[in-house]
Amino acid sequence: MTHDEIKNKVTKIFRDILDDETIVLHDNTTANDIEGWDSLSHISILYAIEKDFNIKFILIEVKQLKKAGDLFDLIKSKTP
Amino acid sequence: MRAPIIYPIDPQYLLRKKKSIRRDLLQRPGLLDKRIAILGGSTTSEVKDMLELFLLWDGIRPVFYESLYNKYYEDILFPNPDLDKFSPEIIYIHTSSVNICRFPLIHENEADIKTLLSSELIRFQAIWDRVAEHYRCPVIQNNFEWPYSRALGNLDNYDVHGRTCFISELNLSFATEARRRQNLYLNDINYLSAWFGLERWYDKLYWYSYKYAMNLEAIPFLANSVASIIKAILGRSRKCLVLDLDNTLWGGIIGDDGLNYIRIGIGSSEAEAYSEFQKYIRELKERGIILAVCSKNDETNALEGLLHPGSILKAEDFSAFMANWDPKSENICKIAQSLNIGIDSLVFIDDNPAEQEIVFSHLPEVAVPEMGNNILAYINILDKSGLFETISVSPDDHQRASFYSDNVVRQRLEKQFDDYNDFLRSLQMKAEVKPFSLIYLERITQIINKCNQFNVTTRRYTMTEIENIRSRENFITLYGRLVDKFGDNGLISIVIGEIRGNELHIELWVMSCRVLKRGMEDAMFDQLAATAQTQSITTIYGYYYPTNKNGMTSGLFEQMGFVNVERSDTGATKWRFDIPKVYNKRNCCIEVTP
Repeated sequence: MTHDEIKNKVTKIFRDILDDETIVLHDNTTANDIEGWDSLSHISILYAIEKDFNIKFILIEVKQLKKAGDLFDLIKSKTP
Repeated sequence: MRAPIIYPIDPQYLLRKKKSIRRDLLQRPGLLDKRIAILGGSTTSEVKDMLELFLLWDGIRPVFYESLYNKYYEDILFPNPDLDKFSPEIIYIHTSSVNICRFPLIHENEADIKTLLSSELIRFQAIWDRVAEHYRCPVIQNNFEWPYSRALGNLDNYDVHGRTCFISELNLSFATEARRRQNLYLNDINYLSAWFGLERWYDKLYWYSYKYAMNLEAIPFLANSVASIIKAILGRSRKCLVLDLDNTLWGGIIGDDGLNYIRIGIGSSEAEAYSEFQKYIRELKERGIILAVCSKNDETNALEGLLHPGSILKAEDFSAFMANWDPKSENICKIAQSLNIGIDSLVFIDDNPAEQEIVFSHLPEVAVPEMGNNILAYINILDKSGLFETISVSPDDHQRASFYSDNVVRQRLEKQFDDYNDFLRSLQMKAEVKPFSLIYLERITQIINKCNQFNVTTRRYTMTEIENIRSRENFITLYGRLVDKFGDNGLISIVIGEIRGNELHIELWVMSCRVLKRGMEDAMFDQLAATAQTQSITTIYGYYYPTNKNGMTSGLFEQMGFVNVERSDTGATKWRFDIPKVYNKRNCCIEVTP
């Protein structure tokens, strides 16, 4: 899966969960840039990503995420 | 558009789309506000969001109080002005095995462990006592799921040092408490987690990163379970199951395949699976769910199918039977009419998505689960939906189906009389109209909260409020039971009046629609007037507040001889009745025991 494919899919997940169709994600986007991306919605986002990409995160990986690009890279490392 | 939340529950869809679903549901008309306090022993944010969706879906708009993280005990036990001010109507205690303070240690003896058990129980008893005394509202309490690990292996189950054993004991004592206490309802997460799968339930990622006691994916099921209990407490559970026949109650099409070729009973795996589904439906009927048929068939064919020797359900199990070629949405309306129940108390089961769609699009109040075409999944879809959740079983429930079936016979009899009073007298009705008594509190609360049509004020009361009113001297309360030659109609009418000086103000007057036009309202009013007279009351005031369901009572007070004294822009009316010195009884067809 390419970086852009992953980004598009993740963007769709963010838009659904935060109910905001205007959200655009860049590699350096952080929680501060997106309204509603707080620790509570973050877990829903991780859950939706796990289901959508059919992958499983482990605790240490989740703790290391700082920006959207980290998330894309992590997903890439877990998908064929 | 289909209702956004559908059964069977799809957790991925709900968790992902919750905000837009919520937005849609909030636009529905006629939402009922309820104040619900969620007191958590772990993170409750998602629990709250999901609970809101399931309640909104059924027309209840919750307003929440959420405890701080793991403050369920402190929030209740210590003075709490915020919670007092919030004044909860329902309290939900979301605890789980992570909240057990300590499990037995291997060196402890049996007596130590008994003490440990009771110290766990006492903590919760204190919470329930305090709610009963101070907040006086129902409590919904989770029990405990099995432990994450079993250091003793299989022995963990039966050695007193085992965590599994400890949790079993604790759950048993919770069950005993719930049977004993009137306002305690258990949310059985022990079953829920087992069904969900303990391995998935205990996805520790959610615990260590956000202190959720269970997998996020389990929360929609948990919330549905709590929402179902809330709806049952409020008397809003579904009452009637409307069933298609071909490929729903048996395999095959009776009109095409013929009696000998439909699959039901024994002979094939498919036949056995349909039989099991029928057995489940019969269980529902036995606990008080009314059954009805809605099938595209010639009536003779439809009835023939139920004559199949393998068919568990027989024609007489159904209180209404619609087999014809009209649209099912129309037939379902007729079923609701003939049974005198609201469209919103129906669940419709059909294997055909097109029929589901027709019913749902015309009658969005009907619950229409997506059944799919796999009969093996049917019991589970219905059973796990919680649509028929109940908080108690009473002898009335067992007889309920016959109340409705008997009505069909009464309607037939009515046609044989020219004079309506002659017909009424032929029913040989006997009523009991008396002040509220303790043994009926549950049924009284149930009918007050269920009844929408014959209901002048649509005030709702919790059981605690009813208990309180019963014991106060400035209230006159009456319940009515009605028996006739076809059977016992059960407890079917309630009046509550508040005494102010020599005036009586009718706060509530409800009657079950299964006894409409039987003269029962006359019998109730006669008794109300008689009781009022003994308390030196000279004037009775009645109030009518219109809703979109109670139009049938707009003329009730006028019919009883009241004079209209006020009329507001919203259509609300106030009525006055001066009790004459010599009161002429209105009822002439029912023999009443006061």
